[in-house]
Amino acid sequence: MSLSRDQVLHVARLARLELSEDEVERFSDELSKVFDWVETINELGDLEDVEPTSHVVAVENALRADEPAPSLPQEVALAAAPDVAQGGFRVPSPGAGGGG
Amino acid sequence: MSELLELTAAQAIDAIRRGEVTSEAVWSAYRERAAADENNSYTWVARPEAPAVEERAPLAGVPVAVKDLFATEGIPSQAGSKILEDYRPPYTATAVERITGAGAPILGKTNQDEFAMGSSTEHSAYGPTLNPWDRTRVPGGSSGGSAAAVAAGTAPWAIGTDTGGSIRQPAALCGIVGMKPTYGAVSRFGMIAFASSLDQCGPFARDVADAALLLGAMVGKDPRDSTSLGLPEPIGTPSATDLQGIRIGVPEELTGEGIEPGVQKAFEATLELAKELGATVEPTKLPHAPHALAAYYILAPAEASSNLARYDGVRYGLRAGADGDLLHMYTATREAGFGPEVKRRIMIGTYALSSGYYDAYYGRAQKVRTRIAEDFRTAWDSFDFIATPTSPTVAFELGAKLDDPLAMYLNDFCAVPMSLAGIPAISIPNGLADGLPTGFQLAGPAFSENRILDAAHALEQAIGFDGSKARQA
Repeated sequence: MSLSRDQVLHVARLARLELSEDEVERFSDELSKVFDWVETINELGDLEDVEPTSHVVAVENALRADEPAPSLPQEVALAAAPDVAQGGFRVPSPGAGGGG
Repeated sequence: MSELLELTAAQAIDAIRRGEVTSEAVWSAYRERAAADENNSYTWVARPEAPAVEERAPLAGVPVAVKDLFATEGIPSQAGSKILEDYRPPYTATAVERITGAGAPILGKTNQDEFAMGSSTEHSAYGPTLNPWDRTRVPGGSSGGSAAAVAAGTAPWAIGTDTGGSIRQPAALCGIVGMKPTYGAVSRFGMIAFASSLDQCGPFARDVADAALLLGAMVGKDPRDSTSLGLPEPIGTPSATDLQGIRIGVPEELTGEGIEPGVQKAFEATLELAKELGATVEPTKLPHAPHALAAYYILAPAEASSNLARYDGVRYGLRAGADGDLLHMYTATREAGFGPEVKRRIMIGTYALSSGYYDAYYGRAQKVRTRIAEDFRTAWDSFDFIATPTSPTVAFELGAKLDDPLAMYLNDFCAVPMSLAGIPAISIPNGLADGLPTGFQLAGPAFSENRILDAAHALEQAIGFDGSKARQA
């Protein structure tokens, strides 16, 4: 399998990564090799009847009582933010691009 | 090197209890050594003043090194990434809270592959960590800083995380003990997420008894992590000196071919020791294990691509491209903040989850995961433990695999099947090959931590590994 330049750019857009020209070229080559290799799981044949595993240890729904408790104070939650205004996180305008 | 620094953590605790040494003296000895560390094991070292500790507490003030993947309140928690440079979280991970609550103060934060993605600690924005046995070589990864710190004796013990071998492989390459417990045994709250269905916290130590003591301080259900579990019994003090009646299975898929001859030879020698101690050792099969690594490199990057979506320059960490619109700020921040391996994994994961490919990759890999867990369950009908070499190789030279992702991924060939099955596994030092440490991995069924630790203790006594050479420098 080989990933085209357009496919790499498409995936990068989905992942919100802005790749340099070098990276586009490198990923197209590297990801092709990685996917050639991961596709060896196809050697295992038909897995139609196998249940997928998303969680490996059997646990039932873990519920707790819904009781109010203190959370982080606002100023603490904002302390590491790059930009703060009016008690919130300030970001650049979504602009014409829509911001995603 | 002083006699104090040659004590195991458990011995240091005993010495403090008997009044032969103070916890302040232990703190200062290690603090000085950590501050003078020449292996780049640490990304942050505590101030010289000994913190107030309760010497009657279970860990008696013997300090611990903490992988930088754990959130620690007010202390830099950078996960090896530029995107979290100097980030000081407003809260502390449960595992760390439990250790400090048991009386072990934080000595330092240790270097790691960025977001725990790597097997050499070279993928750190803060430079590679060096292997104390040979500084031209890697310590393994991703918890390489914790492993190197314990091996070099700049920390008495440490904690790390293991998603697909990130505790066991560096423990093996640095000649120390490392254990990944059953998935859920230790809370993941405050552990910066890589692949949530696989990430597990565990101890690094000079010997099995120390590993048990540190693990025992961390385990238990946590209301802040709904996947955490209570173990059926507390972690005990391992004391077995034989393996009478123990049945060990050796999977042909994870031994022999693909393992360096020196590593395989050391592994086989320890299987002979196991027989002398009374165990039966027989070959077995884990038919799907050869496909574990490929399945892992779909599942882990897929989960990572989702978990790492949170680094967007909005709430904490790096922000770049603020002069443009919001989308530009997101992409410029991520481009500037993530290193090459993290970008690679995000790309792999995003592609594997993208429309039209989900069933062929992620869905299928989850089914392979089921098959791998079933292989182990079948093995437990006939065996108490599965044994393999921990890593197929000894520590390799810095840079040797940096430009070849697939060669780097193969380091975890023997470690990943246990991660996918969520079962506990330990790596113990297994002698040297060409002057470098090798590791012996012992895995058991879910919740068999105490039995694994006991068997590892018996083997450790028989192997008689001497790790003091790495502490001389």
